Amino acid sequence: MRPFTFQLATDVARASQLGLGTGQGQTDANVQFLAGGTTLIDLMKLDVLRPARVIDIGPLRRAYDAIEVGPNGLHLGALARMSAVADHPGVLDAYPAIAQSLQLAASAQLRNMATLGGNVLQKTRCTYYRDPSWAACNKRSPGSGCAAISGFNRNHAVLGVDDSCISQYPGDLAVALIALEAQLELSGPLGSRRTPFAALHTPANGQPHIETSLRSGELITGFLVPPGAWNRRSVYIKVRDRTSYEFAISSAAVGLDMDGERVRNARIGLGGVAYRPWRAVEAEDTLTGKPLTEANAEAAAAAALKDAKTHGHNDYKPELARRTLVRALLHAGSLKPSGESA
Amino acid sequence: VEPLIAATDASPATVATDRVNVKLMVNGQRRDLTVDVRVTVLDALREHLHLTGSKKGCDQGQCGACTVHIDGERVLSCLTLAVAAQGKRIETIEGLAGTDGKLHPMQQAFIDQDGFQCGYCTPGQIMSAVACVREGHADTDTDIQEYMSGNLCRCAAYPKIVAAIKQARERMKLA
Repeated sequence: MRPFTFQLATDVARASQLGLGTGQGQTDANVQFLAGGTTLIDLMKLDVLRPARVIDIGPLRRAYDAIEVGPNGLHLGALARMSAVADHPGVLDAYPAIAQSLQLAASAQLRNMATLGGNVLQKTRCTYYRDPSWAACNKRSPGSGCAAISGFNRNHAVLGVDDSCISQYPGDLAVALIALEAQLELSGPLGSRRTPFAALHTPANGQPHIETSLRSGELITGFLVPPGAWNRRSVYIKVRDRTSYEFAISSAAVGLDMDGERVRNARIGLGGVAYRPWRAVEAEDTLTGKPLTEANAEAAAAAALKDAKTHGHNDYKPELARRTLVRALLHAGSLKPSGESA
Repeated sequence: VEPLIAATDASPATVATDRVNVKLMVNGQRRDLTVDVRVTVLDALREHLHLTGSKKGCDQGQCGACTVHIDGERVLSCLTLAVAAQGKRIETIEGLAGTDGKLHPMQQAFIDQDGFQCGYCTPGQIMSAVACVREGHADTDTDIQEYMSGNLCRCAAYPKIVAAIKQARERMKLA
């Protein structure tokens, strides 16, 4: 780990001021915010992240760790711990996909440490990105190429990839948040703003070292999941190489608003297969107004994966992702509207 | 949290570069150290306070051997900076037994149930297991397996670890 200057931010305005220099989640950003540290310290040890300054936002925890379930939706403070949200009775009851995505992520220790804001910003697990002995990585060293495209790419993405990067967004919570149309609350040097969560992670677009739309000094302060009939009837299904404590090779967040046997509205997010948290709008549209049969679920899954691009070792992913989504849709459909098992 | 070192500018934020004075609360005792700003809680414990019970397995947050309690919650000391742990209560395996030397029910259960072979992961397993029971995540074998998945055991003593946690779970209720 390289030396750095450590600064403690005692309030959010000071954090934003000290944080000038953080920028778009760039690997070479000179300044990094420290919350739970589970991504930052790990990647600093690996010499992937090399900040000159680390701004500890731990003192902001009490001000930004609330979990509120109310008529205006679900409000989550960005410094709430993953474990606190995963076990929250109101979230378990009314937003099960959110709770499940957190329960199935990481380990108990990591969930105690990691904040929601840090979790959605966690970096890819691409082994070429995480190991600087590989010279070619456009995300780590802009313009250097991509070792994964012709390398061992079993865990790499098949949606949202381009010639510059095929890394996979590894998180779970973000998949549920994008499916349930969450809003993001931000605070920065120019004040506060709200933006769709879907706008946080930017497409690769030939410059994968730019990962988010966050402005310099901007902090995520909270998330709002708006009300919707699909929230209670939502699920998160995660497929992985071992039963627990593993990243997804495929996952799906599904929320359903049913009119009897027919789908009034579907909300679908995909994980483990995409460059960034992925909303499958075409799959949602395919289901609208139709009965939730296995055949219709398969048609929706086919629509979600129709643009998949594979690179050899990950040729299995589109089929796995389709089956994961079908399973999630049929599981959500089998729930009572209240979200309880039928 | 007390200032780390005097801020060189007029900023209200505290600043530390290179060597830094840190005040840690470890197993109920205040410990003052001067360490490199990069030192983790794990390295502060092992290399500076000579509390070598917490183990360094992967040093990357993947194995759980370094598990300690901070403010009562199980966390990974290898991914926690010492400078960021000031003002918090750190508890390690060395602080688990009573002052009379009587083992914690979880320590005794790992012995009774033969919950280890080489023993390298054991301090982390025990610290994690104590928290697992306190959290209420040890009611069933499935829960124990799921909520202990952050502690790897390459000797694969897993079935006996589950048995140890079930034994200690009952005795911790009585305590």
